Amino acid sequence: MRYHPHTDADVRRLLSAIGAPSLDLLFDSIPAPLRLERPLRLPPPIDEHALLDQLGALAEKNRAVPPERVFLGAGAYPHHVPSAVDQLLLRSEFYTAYTPYQPELAQGTLQAIFEYQTLVCLLTGLDVSNASMYDGATACAEAALLALRLRRGRRKVVLSRALHPSYRDVVRSYLAASGAEVVLVSFDPKTGRTDPDALARAIDGQTAIVLLGSPNFLGVVEDVRKAADAAHAADALLGVAVTEALSLGLLQPPGALGADLAFGELGSFGNGTTFGGPGVGFFAAREAHLRQLPGRLCGETVDADGRRAYVLTLSTREQHIRRQAATSNICTNHALCALASTIHLALLGKAGLRELALLNFRRAAYARSVLGRRRFAGPVFNEFAIEADAAALARARKAGFVAGLPLGRYYPELDGCSLVCVTELHDRVRIDALAEALRS
Amino acid sequence: MSDRFPNSSPGASGLQFREEVLFGRGSPGRRGASLPEAGVPEADPASELPPELLRSEIEGMPELSEPEVVRHFVRLSQWNYGIDSGPYPLGSCTMKYNPKSSEAAARLPGFASAHPMLPEEDCQGALQLGFDLERALCEITGFSAATLQPAAGAQGELCGLLMIRAYHAARGNPRKKVLVPDSAHGTNPATATLAGYQAVEIASGPDGVVEPAAVAKALDGDVAALMMTNPNTLGIFERNVREIAALLHEKGALLYNDGANLNALAGVARPGDMGVDLMHLNLHKTFATPHGGGGPGSGPVAVAEPLAPFLPVPTIRKTLGDGGEARYVLDHDRPQSIGRLRTFWGNFGMWVRAYALIREWGPEGIRRTAQLAVLNANYLRKLLEGSYHLPYAAASLHEVVFSDKRQKARGVSALDVAKRLIDHGFHPPTIYFPLVVPGALMLEPTETESPESVEALAAALTAIAAEAEENPDALHAAPTRTVVRRVDEVRAARQPVLRWRPGR
Repeated sequence: MRYHPHTDADVRRLLSAIGAPSLDLLFDSIPAPLRLERPLRLPPPIDEHALLDQLGALAEKNRAVPPERVFLGAGAYPHHVPSAVDQLLLRSEFYTAYTPYQPELAQGTLQAIFEYQTLVCLLTGLDVSNASMYDGATACAEAALLALRLRRGRRKVVLSRALHPSYRDVVRSYLAASGAEVVLVSFDPKTGRTDPDALARAIDGQTAIVLLGSPNFLGVVEDVRKAADAAHAADALLGVAVTEALSLGLLQPPGALGADLAFGELGSFGNGTTFGGPGVGFFAAREAHLRQLPGRLCGETVDADGRRAYVLTLSTREQHIRRQAATSNICTNHALCALASTIHLALLGKAGLRELALLNFRRAAYARSVLGRRRFAGPVFNEFAIEADAAALARARKAGFVAGLPLGRYYPELDGCSLVCVTELHDRVRIDALAEALRS
Repeated sequence: MSDRFPNSSPGASGLQFREEVLFGRGSPGRRGASLPEAGVPEADPASELPPELLRSEIEGMPELSEPEVVRHFVRLSQWNYGIDSGPYPLGSCTMKYNPKSSEAAARLPGFASAHPMLPEEDCQGALQLGFDLERALCEITGFSAATLQPAAGAQGELCGLLMIRAYHAARGNPRKKVLVPDSAHGTNPATATLAGYQAVEIASGPDGVVEPAAVAKALDGDVAALMMTNPNTLGIFERNVREIAALLHEKGALLYNDGANLNALAGVARPGDMGVDLMHLNLHKTFATPHGGGGPGSGPVAVAEPLAPFLPVPTIRKTLGDGGEARYVLDHDRPQSIGRLRTFWGNFGMWVRAYALIREWGPEGIRRTAQLAVLNANYLRKLLEGSYHLPYAAASLHEVVFSDKRQKARGVSALDVAKRLIDHGFHPPTIYFPLVVPGALMLEPTETESPESVEALAAALTAIAAEAEENPDALHAAPTRTVVRRVDEVRAARQPVLRWRPGR
């Protein structure tokens, strides 16, 4: 086994130094009846070539339709990952390092986190960002928990029904033991936007936070300003989930529209869709809520010689110090995925970010014009709902396309509609061919 | 320099560059991305979106070319220490070599680019891998069902405790308390709170393990479960596990196993055979998926049959297709489930890496891995017993915990020892944890360190113990050979600077 340096002679030498007669006897502290007296029933070991050959065959089973012909978003947006990103991620000083608890040996990771936090603040228009979370849905649940801590005594969390269904589900799972009530607010069947009147009615003096997505699960950009005003009128918080972070290159950020918290998925930058994980959960807030943030924070300071240095900070919020009174139980986060996003955003830069966002908007606008049958009138970025039933999707699949996500499963009244996502991966030729397949 | 540190890891010095932050550099218009032409008719965002919803370019974003960005991150990487740089004996964190073949496997295009919402028939490869990994983890842990959804150990704990809560609730009473030994990771009590339980601490006995009598004393009808790490954070096997399980079960309570240290047992013993009801595993520990400077991890949960109905949705199920071929489906229809824990299905990229290593190891390789991890830990213990205080004499499995008790007499702390070890070219051990050992130095060499590497680490630690005797004050200044010296943590917390701002 190439990962085991020890030869039999090495093992004998070490055993004799320890004074143990055999490897088995090193486990003497485990009572005999608790030990496994048979080999594990697993396949025999294989060599590297056979491994990659077999896994390669398994991986190919996911490529019957290549990404350029898959028009799916719904929380995971397919974008080109520049080669430079992966080359840098493979610097093993990054990927084989642990959490930077020893700052003198981890300034690279720490400075990259500091840069990540800065980029998240720039994108969201908010003051502070943590060092990352697992994904958008868990970040959304943490937002609800933060608000319930901050508005102690209030028991209500208001969710837009147009928020990503998984985000809603994860909020419910995380709040299962909290005693908090989750209230759903419907969306306007014409615009696809959260119904402003229903939202105003749902918010009261018991409401800790209002959570909505923008663009929401139907691809529609919400009226965040109005929702913020409604929430603030009751002294509740507004949290905005952004599942497609690239939209922040073109759209006013939640922080500029009155949101108190912005969170979601940053995987569009530098991370492949990898069957849904790992991506990057981001979490940003106003300065006033800093001490309630979940997760790690990296701060700038100086070393003993007065040189600029970075270190994990404000950790008295965290589980390893505060234990049962911590703001969250999160320990490991998604640091390497956050690094991938940081690198991709650095490569795009000021001009590239806007251009990529515009490109997505334009390709999607063209797709809307040729696919037709747009379901909602509300404004969209790179994802939108169309009327396309199961038969149309099956026709498209026959022509080699995954044309979108059937929405009936999430919203029975939208049976016969599909959610279509168009990014820079989808060029005009494929969009036209998809339109043709859906039509015929 | 190397003369001052004769026990250094070879090559423990070199050129290091200063590197400024990404921001406020470069030149207007410069960028490092290659974007296609739109190739479609012009479309004005203002025709779709109200002007008040549109933003212009973001002030403060970097304006750099690709070579500049690449150089920036390469330079940052040079300030880091990874497992590929040298030994990383962080106890409980299990910093072992991360196989390159696993990295290659995760990068296969059919894995890296698969969309999570693909129709089931178009992602059979991904679902099959998940199913096969679940079966392998069940065999290794001795359980009957598993979920791969949790993102990391702490979320695995949450998954487990929410299942425990649902299990008790289905029997009429979710109960109120979770017992947590004093040697536990901080995530255990934090998770108990999150799952709506009061964490009740149980003191370990004089030889470092949980005593059945202490459990019996704390046990009443309000106790939902005990969370036990086995082997515990002292590296000692909780030999009373079966008796404790029986005590809990008698009162209708459950035994949760924190699997952070499963790497000591895999192939040798199985928690499922010890009376444990459910556990999480850390794929980033036992199965060597990289820690990535803090994540991502993966924290699957394996359970005994009575808990299976409560697993998060969806689960992966194997059925037969029309032609009798295996077909894998996501099962959302599980009425007793605790619900969903992730946006999608879990950290698939980590599943691929762990699965690849399980296939490379095979059954005998898994057992040998645990044996060599325990051998290395015991060898390190032997080499250091003369230099450091060993607070618990019980047999060590995969890690050993010393303390700074002897060095304290000379005014030298565990922190000083850790920082000086950096000067010798090694990553420090975990310090000040577990909390039951004042001034703890928790060392876990793992199986991928050679005997010579363990010896070199021990020689450096022995030299530090000698330096503490001869010249203790010098240790307070360590480290001296790193890009920065000890950092001012108080200032970082009192005057938080958490982001770059223009004009600073």
